[in-house]
Amino acid sequence: MPLADAGALWPAVSAAGRLADRALWGAGASVTLGELVRGSSLGGRLEELRGRSVLIATSDQLTAALALVELDGVARRLVLGPPDLPSEHLSHIVTTAAVDALVSDGAVPPTSAPGVGVVVPCRPRLAPSDAERRGGHQTEWILLTSGTTGPPKLVVHTLASLAGAIREGHTLAGSAVWSTFYDIRRYGGLQIFLRALLGGGSLVLSSAGEALGDFLGRAGAHGVTHISGTPSHWRRALMSPAAHRIAPRYVRLSGEIADQAILDHLRACYPAARIAHAFASTEAGVAFDVDDGLAGFPASLLERPAGGVDLKVEAGSLRIRSARTATRYLETPGPPLVGRDGFVDTGDMVERRGDRLYFVGRRGGIINVGGLKVHPEEVEAVINGHPHVRMSLVRTRKNALTGALVVADVVLKAAADPANGRGAELEGEILRLCRDRLPRHKVPVAIHFVPALPVAPTGKLVRPDA
Amino acid sequence: MKVDVMSVRATVLSHFEQVAKEQRKSLAPLSDDLVLVDSGLDSLCLAIIVARLEDALGVDPFNATDGDFPVTLGDFIQLYANAAR
Repeated sequence: MPLADAGALWPAVSAAGRLADRALWGAGASVTLGELVRGSSLGGRLEELRGRSVLIATSDQLTAALALVELDGVARRLVLGPPDLPSEHLSHIVTTAAVDALVSDGAVPPTSAPGVGVVVPCRPRLAPSDAERRGGHQTEWILLTSGTTGPPKLVVHTLASLAGAIREGHTLAGSAVWSTFYDIRRYGGLQIFLRALLGGGSLVLSSAGEALGDFLGRAGAHGVTHISGTPSHWRRALMSPAAHRIAPRYVRLSGEIADQAILDHLRACYPAARIAHAFASTEAGVAFDVDDGLAGFPASLLERPAGGVDLKVEAGSLRIRSARTATRYLETPGPPLVGRDGFVDTGDMVERRGDRLYFVGRRGGIINVGGLKVHPEEVEAVINGHPHVRMSLVRTRKNALTGALVVADVVLKAAADPANGRGAELEGEILRLCRDRLPRHKVPVAIHFVPALPVAPTGKLVRPDA
Repeated sequence: MKVDVMSVRATVLSHFEQVAKEQRKSLAPLSDDLVLVDSGLDSLCLAIIVARLEDALGVDPFNATDGDFPVTLGDFIQLYANAAR
């Protein structure tokens, strides 16, 4: 169901229909959309938040989801605080977004957000509410980007820009059960939240403290049909015996480069699913998705923009112009979010090979080997192609002669544990694969087998050099 | 100690040969007076050797030293023998 211009979330959710049959399932509680017609998670205090800049700072995703549904159109601004919001950045966020109200389930004590006068508790147990739901505000949705250092940037969206990529084709007669490894307060998760609500479906929410196998079991029990995550999320999921407890019709990847290996692994695990990798970022919005089973994207997308999205490559990086890009940063020094030509520079470097473009890495993540550039991700894509490799992280190693060299940390699939004496043999095979596929300066000088690689709360690999 | 220099020498020489083979470089006959830039190995090869020797011997004299870079293979071996002592 396409979102009418300037429409608010609740009317669009209602219009998708079948409210009593549709649910938001959290790890500890669940709510049907029908219950929200006459109920409120905000204890009947919705009107106190009218016209305010509201920071949603809940630990639980379900309470955040309920608050978003109730507050769009009511609040002037909704600031989506991720669950791992560092408390030292709280006052920066409060000041920058002019936050004057807090919705909390107890995760953030009101005292840690000084100067915020109104604090409204939010609970998954709904209180009866007879108040007519009325909008009135064109609410700004503020997402926080996750920089590795320094305070987060505050990115301004509207419901229309967030929902711009949600097409009729996704509705599937309202029978979809969506889920995501992402937290819905991040761009990738928010897309799934909105697809479920606007498309007439239900949603299984993940929970920060929940074991991966438990989450997959719960998603499977609710009959998940559509599920999304980063390639790192999916590599972890495929290491779990519970991967087979879901049988999705649609598997979506975003947030990191989807290499051929992860696409092939997902195809093998979920043969009946449509497997799509999307290019999206908090700033640039959803640009496109690709579901032909191949890494990269067709060069034709550059010449024939689809869905109102213009793409171009300039100075090696992908630039995007569409109605789905964010509007601006809130008071952040530095270059504006949108360039003078209306394009957002994604900072994602692409390379053309034949009639396809491939993502090779982030502009800031380059390793310089004697003046030659290496994107860690392009080396990882080759290593991940080895049949015994589950995932890998390529990083820099300082060197007095070339400035830097490339080394790789590699997680093997369970069956190929290096402890069973095949370590040296596998290292040799992986290095031969790299030498066959990559210029010599990109070949790791050392392979370290590790039991696991750290994945950030964003679902992306933690890159020490980035 | 003589023995240490001998074992360092053996380790260094084996890495020169291994990296030359991996990188498909034709390696000049290894002798103490071989000038490194004439060895057939380029700076990437030497960088790889330095990294592998750090793993094998636990030292990277290139990082530590403020002296001159070695010119000959003999200098190179001596540098590691001194650092590993």
